[in-house]
Amino acid sequence: MKFRVERDALADAVAWAARSLPVRPSVPVLAGLMVETGTEGLVLSGFDYETSTRVTVPAEVADEGRALVSGRLLADICRSLPAKPVDFATDGVKVSLTCGSARFSLQTMPVEDYPNLPDMPHSSGTVPSELFATAVSQAVTAAGRDDMLPVLTGIRVEIDGSAMALLATDRFRLSLRELEWSPEQPDVTATALVPARVLADTAKSLTSGTEVTIALAGTGTGEGIIGFEGQVGGGSRRTTTRLLDGEFPKVRSLFPSESTTVARVDTATLVESVKRVSLVAERNTPVRLSFEEGVVTLEAGSGDEAQASESLEAAIEGEPIAIGFNPTYLLDGLGAIDAPVAHLSFTQPTRPAALAPAADLDADPDLDFRYLLMPVRLQG
Amino acid sequence: MRPEPSILHIDLDAFYAAVEQRDKPSLRGKPVIVGGLGARGVVSTASYEARAFGVHSAMSMAEARSRCPHAAFLTGRFDAYRRISRAVMAILRELSPLVEPLSLDEAFVDLRESELARFDVESITEVMRALKAAVHETSGGVYGSVGVASSKLVAKIASDLDKPDGLVVVPPGTEQDLLRPMQVTVIPGVGPATAERLRRVGVHTVEELERISETELTRLIGSAQGQSLYRLCRADDDRPVVSERESKSVSVEDTFDTDLVDRSILQAIVSRHSQKVCERLRKAKLSGRTITVKVRLYDFSTHTRSATLAGPTDDPRVVARMARRLVSEVDTSAGVRLLGVGVSGLADWIQDDLFGYADSEEDEADAPADETVDAAGHVVRKWRPGMDVVHARHGPGWVWGSGLGRVTVRFETAESAPGAVRTFAADDPDLSSAPRPPDPDADDETRSP
Repeated sequence: MKFRVERDALADAVAWAARSLPVRPSVPVLAGLMVETGTEGLVLSGFDYETSTRVTVPAEVADEGRALVSGRLLADICRSLPAKPVDFATDGVKVSLTCGSARFSLQTMPVEDYPNLPDMPHSSGTVPSELFATAVSQAVTAAGRDDMLPVLTGIRVEIDGSAMALLATDRFRLSLRELEWSPEQPDVTATALVPARVLADTAKSLTSGTEVTIALAGTGTGEGIIGFEGQVGGGSRRTTTRLLDGEFPKVRSLFPSESTTVARVDTATLVESVKRVSLVAERNTPVRLSFEEGVVTLEAGSGDEAQASESLEAAIEGEPIAIGFNPTYLLDGLGAIDAPVAHLSFTQPTRPAALAPAADLDADPDLDFRYLLMPVRLQG
Repeated sequence: MRPEPSILHIDLDAFYAAVEQRDKPSLRGKPVIVGGLGARGVVSTASYEARAFGVHSAMSMAEARSRCPHAAFLTGRFDAYRRISRAVMAILRELSPLVEPLSLDEAFVDLRESELARFDVESITEVMRALKAAVHETSGGVYGSVGVASSKLVAKIASDLDKPDGLVVVPPGTEQDLLRPMQVTVIPGVGPATAERLRRVGVHTVEELERISETELTRLIGSAQGQSLYRLCRADDDRPVVSERESKSVSVEDTFDTDLVDRSILQAIVSRHSQKVCERLRKAKLSGRTITVKVRLYDFSTHTRSATLAGPTDDPRVVARMARRLVSEVDTSAGVRLLGVGVSGLADWIQDDLFGYADSEEDEADAPADETVDAAGHVVRKWRPGMDVVHARHGPGWVWGSGLGRVTVRFETAESAPGAVRTFAADDPDLSSAPRPPDPDADDETRSP
């Protein structure tokens, strides 16, 4: 194997492919990055039996071949190379890498021990890459991180024709993002439970191309896998990941159909205020919000400890209400709505509150994104 | 320090042993030792007859046996102690609503909150005589020693001066005279280590301690303890009587008749305890985020494990799930004697779950296992010395001893004369443990301050 490649394209591709390599691999070869040349130019790939990555980079290929080298080491090296073309060549059981006057000689691992990457399923459709990245980042806000409840560490992807919905919940809050996409078959319906961390990483890293191809195989649970592919810098990036097992809870019905209080508040002002007031809320003790007569009053802390309060202007319709939230959950939701005005609707202080983006203080909420937040029950 | 003697301290004399002597007429006037009878057991209480042989509480049971081999060695009957304690506390509350129980056999009472009008020594003494008589009568023969003084410190010291069946009212103004000749260890908080440090600078008595300046005292034993000791040795103590201290944890524990081995039974008990703990949390409008389990094994070794949740909860399913995981970390294969579940890190708020109480998978799992507990209790029967039993023909009695497939029972009750001793096979179907008398809130609640 022998080839020459642009330094920046190589460094980006290696960094991307090496990112999902396991830190403590169950078998040593899984720490490797497969470096392969062929008709597509240079192909780099990694796999940990859950998630695979595959990236192509334009290269001048002199000899075809492949080698397995330490992914982390290669990423470290490529990041610090000078801005000159990079030459790779196999040299017995080693790979030599030359860039300007810098030379490296890397150990290789046995190629034959490396597992085959899963095949990319057939394309199911495409979605604009920026839209997808934003939508995923909103949905992932509410995803669980507790490995004891693996189902909740996933994002549920629901496809019904050209409508796609992304859902996540950690039991305390719930996010629902709806978007349009272009399916290959207009009447397709499918569901998949995708590991939230992988989906968020992938969507973010595919924004340099205009669209992302989504490829779904299997019935949505069990042995299914999902693949994502995008074009970046003259090559393609592809990730597949195994779908999570288990039944995602039925959550859509949790959104209250009506509300007794609706408040619209300037998002940035509210975020600043929640952050300030919750400085006295140790260990996520609740921040209390009272909505009444055009003012929302925030309070945190207890009589035994420090206390804080602040009042903000708000457009309030309906009954006055006082309700408590975990400040982190509230801030996560306010950050995710990504709009100048936060539209909050309530029924009772012990029932979930819904949060949605709005363009201004008079506007209707934009229900493409909804965040449901379970309040804190104050016992005292 | 108050101008009048209005703080009462009462300490029931050799309480557990006294209850045993009350219920077991054959033991009256004889040495009785209550405590853990296993290899690592310690003495909880020794009757005054046993104390004459140098046995005292916290002594190892092995040493107690060698000092007083002819004593009756009994395991505790906490249900009985709790019942009597509650009755005594009720008498104290009749005297004054402000009662601070320190344990089953000890309490402070604030007499300022009572209807007493006169606080001279004679009037108080008279009231205390009546109180002691009422305690003796209600408890069925247990004596209490009473101290009344102008502060908690002196009241507690006074109740110990004339034990057993003591009554000391300390006239106001004489508190320091009382303390001065005493050893420094009379002051709460002065244990062996502090006493040793004081001894090195030539301080043995409270009087000598009084001569040490506050600066020197804090240099000697640290600032917090130094300052407090400087005041206490002058009988300067303003601590109020508080009826209910803010609880920092809520827990439930249970000791079993038989060492339990079966994991599913243990897990079912953990679930039941979790349920009780959460009921209590809800009643107190509290929640907690740290779950602790306490497992005492057959050999009296005690293991605790705890874990902290992301947020406080009062959901029995969450508590039970965590508690079961914690119990499974302890090697319980050789048998469990006591199992406890507690919640601490208390808060007054709860982050509820969007899904509510929908999932009931665990609750269903509990029900059948609960029944097995009772069944299992009869499979291998263990007769603990001192426990109450009933025989179909001979009536009520208590286990005198057991072993080698036999159990010896003495048939007597608090009301009867000393009774006869009979021996049965350990699996005699006519013999069973006595049913617990009904008691409205006899749960094994412990709230540690």
